Amino acid sequence: MEKLIEQFSFGLFFWQLFLFIGLLLLLRKFAWKPILDAVENRESGIKDALEAAENAKKEMQNVTADSERLLQEARVERESMIKEAREMKDKIVADAKDLAQSEADKMIKQAQTAIESEKKAAMADIKNEVATLSLEIAEKVIKGQFSDKGKQLQLVEEMVGDIKLN
Amino acid sequence: MHGFFETDILSDMQKPFYVKVLLVVTLLLGVNAFAGGNDPSTGDEKESLKSEIKEFIGHHLLDSHDFTLFTIDEEKNEHVGFPLPVILWDDGLKVFSSAKFHHGESVAEVDGNYYALYHGKIVKTDAEGTINYDEDHHATNEKPLDFSITKNVVFIFLVALLMLVLFGKMAKSYKTSSLPKGVGRLLEPIVLYVRDDIAIPNIGKKHYKKYMSYLLTVFFFIWIINLLGLTPLGVNVTNNIAVTFALAILTYLITTFTANKNYWKHIFWMPDVPVFMKVVLAPIELLGTFIKPFSLMIRLYANITAGHVVLMSILGMMFIFKNWIGSPLSFGLAFALSLLELLVAALQAYIFTMLSALYFGSAVEEHHDH
Repeated sequence: MEKLIEQFSFGLFFWQLFLFIGLLLLLRKFAWKPILDAVENRESGIKDALEAAENAKKEMQNVTADSERLLQEARVERESMIKEAREMKDKIVADAKDLAQSEADKMIKQAQTAIESEKKAAMADIKNEVATLSLEIAEKVIKGQFSDKGKQLQLVEEMVGDIKLN
Repeated sequence: MHGFFETDILSDMQKPFYVKVLLVVTLLLGVNAFAGGNDPSTGDEKESLKSEIKEFIGHHLLDSHDFTLFTIDEEKNEHVGFPLPVILWDDGLKVFSSAKFHHGESVAEVDGNYYALYHGKIVKTDAEGTINYDEDHHATNEKPLDFSITKNVVFIFLVALLMLVLFGKMAKSYKTSSLPKGVGRLLEPIVLYVRDDIAIPNIGKKHYKKYMSYLLTVFFFIWIINLLGLTPLGVNVTNNIAVTFALAILTYLITTFTANKNYWKHIFWMPDVPVFMKVVLAPIELLGTFIKPFSLMIRLYANITAGHVVLMSILGMMFIFKNWIGSPLSFGLAFALSLLELLVAALQAYIFTMLSALYFGSAVEEHHDH
């Protein structure tokens, strides 16, 4: 111990302290700070990149799931749309059928009515015609009948006989 | 004896290789012991060699005022190296070259004052360089305040410069890309290791950032300077108690000045113990705050010093054995130990940083229920 104290050189102590502190300050400014900062930046960069990759992966999965869902939805929608369209078509066809039927019915009815009324008119005409014709015939017959006195008398007799019978 | 072994080797060539090696080793040792016994001067020579090695190791462990790479001739005072500036505060600033000491051989005269080197320290003497001793054989000469740029200071400076260049480059490479280039590729894992395995587990995620600069600087400083100590340049800065003291005191100061209320409460008024225990524990805890950095100082100093002493002693054994067995053996041992010292260099840096982080962690620990 005594030898150690005797060996102790104040000059060397001074220089060591002086040079070491100088070295420490210089290295801190020009080496350690930039080195540690750069390493830290790099490490945080790597960490961020990894996180970003992980996030992107998750995002990708989400997107895939989303598109899957959308596709499913579209499929369902398409199904329902087709179904609706089919229903619509059926309904339209049915409606059209109904309408056509009723229209046809109506037209038939109208035609029938028209035919009926035509018929009636025709009948009336025919009646008139028949009446006229009958009268003319009767006139002619009567004219013919009355030209022969015997016959006329016979007829009267006949008619009187008829009346008697009645 | 010899004949027996020789015929044995010759007659049985089928023996495994290691057996043959063992036989040769035994032979050579036998020859050497015989030769040694015949030479009466060897004993003294060995003794002087031992003390020379001891002196060399002692010298190596000390700081020095000049940069000596190696010595060509001790007697003629021929060394390869260069002198370093000496800066003294002795009634004014005195700056001169350490070449004036001629490696401690002569007295340097500056402004009418005489200075001499005594066990690596500068003392004030008279013109003849007389050293006065007290009864315990301690030099009583006045010691001026010595701020010299010694060999260790030069290396501290070089390491600081090296670190500035390395880490400055590394920091710059992040400006162009988020991945480091060049030397940064090697250093980044170590920087991250200090952050993720030393700072964060011991201090916690919330507070570690403000200590990172100190922890990184101290880790790399100790490591690099320990490694340089293992090179043949032979500087070992961290085996100076002044250096480890400076580092430990920084840890102590940072711990003390960043400590929160909870830390001081645990020292002076330990919660959840009886009042009597609170009183007993306070001085112990207070002492503990000094012992912690003190242990840091001693641990680093002792480990590096011990490593160097053992390593150099084993290297020295090479010259003591001076034979075909001992020298290669001690070389091999020194080689293995050098590898171990490489580990120790990093390990001590790690331990110093780890424990500093642990102390910082206790200083900023939030209050929690016991």
